[in-house]
Amino acid sequence: MTILDKVTALLGEGAVLEPSPDRVPRIAPGSPDAVALLLGTAHQEGWRVRIEGAGTWLPSDAPADLALTTRRLDRIPAIEPSDLTATAEAGIGLDQLRQQLADHGAWLAIDPPGLAGRTLGSVVATGSAGPLRHGFGPIKDHLLGVTFVTGDGRMVQSGGRVMKNVAGYDLTRLQAGGFGAFGVIVLVHLRLRTLPRADVTYLLEGAREDLTQVGEDIAAAGLTPAALELVSPALARRDRWVLGVRLAGSPALVAADEAGLGAASGGGRFTPLRAEEAHAFWMRLAEGFAIRPVTFRIAGVPTASDELLDLLQHQLGDEWISASPAAGAIRWTGDATIDRLQRLRRTLAGLEVPLTLERAPWPVRGAVGHFGAYREGVGPLVAGLRRTFDPGGAIVVATEGS
Amino acid sequence: MDGLPTHRRIPDLVVLPGTREELVAVVRLLAALGVPFVPRGAGTGLSGGALADEGSTLVVLTRLNRILRIDKDNRYAVVEPGVVNAKLGAAARPHGLQYAPDPSSQSACTIGGNVAENAGGPHCLKYGVTANHILALEVLLADGSLVDIGSPGGEPWGPDLVGLFVGSEGNFGIATRITVRLTPLPRAVRTLLADFSALKTAGEAVSAIIAAGIVPAALEMMDQSCIRAVEDSVYAAGYPRDAAAVLLVEIDGRNTDAVVAETDVVVELLHKSGARSVRSAASEAERERLWQGRKKAFGAMGRLSRDLVVQDAVVPRSALPHVLETISTIASHYGLVVSNVFHAGDGNLHPNISFDATDPELKRRVEAASAEIMQTCIAAGGTITGEHGVGIDKLRYMPLIFDAESLGAMHAVRLVFDPDERVNPGKVVPVHACREWTHARGYRVGSPGAAPRGEAA
Repeated sequence: MTILDKVTALLGEGAVLEPSPDRVPRIAPGSPDAVALLLGTAHQEGWRVRIEGAGTWLPSDAPADLALTTRRLDRIPAIEPSDLTATAEAGIGLDQLRQQLADHGAWLAIDPPGLAGRTLGSVVATGSAGPLRHGFGPIKDHLLGVTFVTGDGRMVQSGGRVMKNVAGYDLTRLQAGGFGAFGVIVLVHLRLRTLPRADVTYLLEGAREDLTQVGEDIAAAGLTPAALELVSPALARRDRWVLGVRLAGSPALVAADEAGLGAASGGGRFTPLRAEEAHAFWMRLAEGFAIRPVTFRIAGVPTASDELLDLLQHQLGDEWISASPAAGAIRWTGDATIDRLQRLRRTLAGLEVPLTLERAPWPVRGAVGHFGAYREGVGPLVAGLRRTFDPGGAIVVATEGS
Repeated sequence: MDGLPTHRRIPDLVVLPGTREELVAVVRLLAALGVPFVPRGAGTGLSGGALADEGSTLVVLTRLNRILRIDKDNRYAVVEPGVVNAKLGAAARPHGLQYAPDPSSQSACTIGGNVAENAGGPHCLKYGVTANHILALEVLLADGSLVDIGSPGGEPWGPDLVGLFVGSEGNFGIATRITVRLTPLPRAVRTLLADFSALKTAGEAVSAIIAAGIVPAALEMMDQSCIRAVEDSVYAAGYPRDAAAVLLVEIDGRNTDAVVAETDVVVELLHKSGARSVRSAASEAERERLWQGRKKAFGAMGRLSRDLVVQDAVVPRSALPHVLETISTIASHYGLVVSNVFHAGDGNLHPNISFDATDPELKRRVEAASAEIMQTCIAAGGTITGEHGVGIDKLRYMPLIFDAESLGAMHAVRLVFDPDERVNPGKVVPVHACREWTHARGYRVGSPGAAPRGEAA
């Protein structure tokens, strides 16, 4: 009896999709319980399972006996606009989720890299925040709780559906950015905001150093942008670097910030975008990171941003870069060899700056790892957590690299 | 005892190390001897989380009270665990910065304790709780080894162990160096006091403000019993004694025009929601007076009776009116005085029960009423603690919100950090509820101290 036969007997034919390009059977459980059943069986049988969402972010190329896709977990069990909370299954596409929230006047203030249909579970598992991180924090700050299935098929809840919660250990934060090493996220409880009543975007083009200074002036002037993003010419498809400023919130707040923007422009002139232009600008930025083969993020202290941008350009070339200087967060995408990535990571480690590999073909991420080598004493803790949540090592994930 | 009067314990030994090196030496000695220990800050917690039993050593961290660094340009500070919350705020202020989490006990509580409990406070509505402000930690594990987790840039450097550690109530070790995020001080602040003739309309005003897309820095509610306790005390703030409830609303920001405009909107919403009057603090002195009444409310309620149980639960905001009504019914049923002062914007309730703990019958009624209040909050879709922690006081409620698998997972995580369960044993996770998980994994469950402790002494 093949693996496919056993899975079909377990979950029914409806759960079996067309195989991946590498001929690995692709299974789409239709419920969290089915995910638990499948992983429990995989643990017992010794199968190695790779986790996929919509297949728009990580390439479907990790060596495995079967691929578990969350794409049929696409329900939104609850949207509570008066409480500004929602509960969604992990396989829902962000575009669908955004639309349904907007219909209720609610907003999930994240804009992660990737295509519009990237799944919620993928975003949470990789902890991939976008430019809105500047105003609204990292992905983990938008989570009230998660339900996940361990590598041996146990269903675990963490957190809840309320704004504050310190009951028990915070396994939600362990899952956010864990790259699936500690289980498969099946359900997410989200913290929402009201849909901004005013939402405008301004662009300023110029030399990188000048735009960095403008960004600092904006902060010094007391403006509170939702996003303040420095974008390389190649990524912005412009001749020069671009500073994108997004103001979103109450009309009073946005009007006050708009009034202050001109004074902080350093003699340059911000160009306001029409709503559809603004949407296209931020979408292009997000989608740009899902096109090139390798994408990673680094985060240093804000005053190191310039030095880090120089370092990236020097070591990897002036590829597609987006940076939130005030948050110290930089994302790079392009083509890079294993050697170059490992050398860059070593250099950055000397500066106390972690590099998180977000996306790459399996040979690269298998060798480099999402996180690379841990600092002294951290490795045994992570290994212990991994054994706790996936005792048989059923889930294929490249955390440390080879 | 900590801030909760219903639990008392006597440790075998109390140690107060004066340096990080002394602390490491103490923990290594305890590891070599196999002695359980309980880290403790200022002891202001409200869940019995920092109590050490016979057979345990209490390791008090208040002498490790140095602010090691403030980096103004990169907006972070590095502190020892015994630094008092308000002192860090005062040290950051000359740099135009603040440490935002502000528990009511901030004049005494320590940053180490805040990290252990994931402390909140009134201004967490806008600025987030402790977990949102911790960038990196140096952690001393139970075996005496030191581990660095997180980074000042905020990227966790691997899985988010900082996020996992914050709120672990001391079960994973001691944070010996804490890197906290500092945020710019607001340039404009407006503080409003709105009074209502019914709790229900005050609750509706909260919903109206949030629905308008405005995030106040704080949105606090006090009921009549609490108002009168404050007004009868040295902390009298000028709250209207005949009000059924007052809302304390603070709007702040970096842009004065925006703050003024948003304040106008909030004032209008308060009136539309049925506020009898809305008063704006005309000076910094008046603002401080309004806040002192709120922050010292627990102290003021101490005048009502010999003992006070400060409960802590969270419900969806929309459930506030119903839950408050039910709490009132529960109080009447048990013949108790329950005063409410709480973070309304977060739905984080603090029903306070005044009583005399020397009266066993009264104490029994308080415990029964507390349990019913918790069950009411859970039934409304809420949780058993928003900022005070589980400690020993709420162990019994954990199986009401987490199933055995989930409790088992938490216990197994604790064993990764502390395989012998020597740090703060018997807290947070009721081990008896998750034995199946740990046995299935072959983990060793239970040094004698690992079993859940009995009820209140």
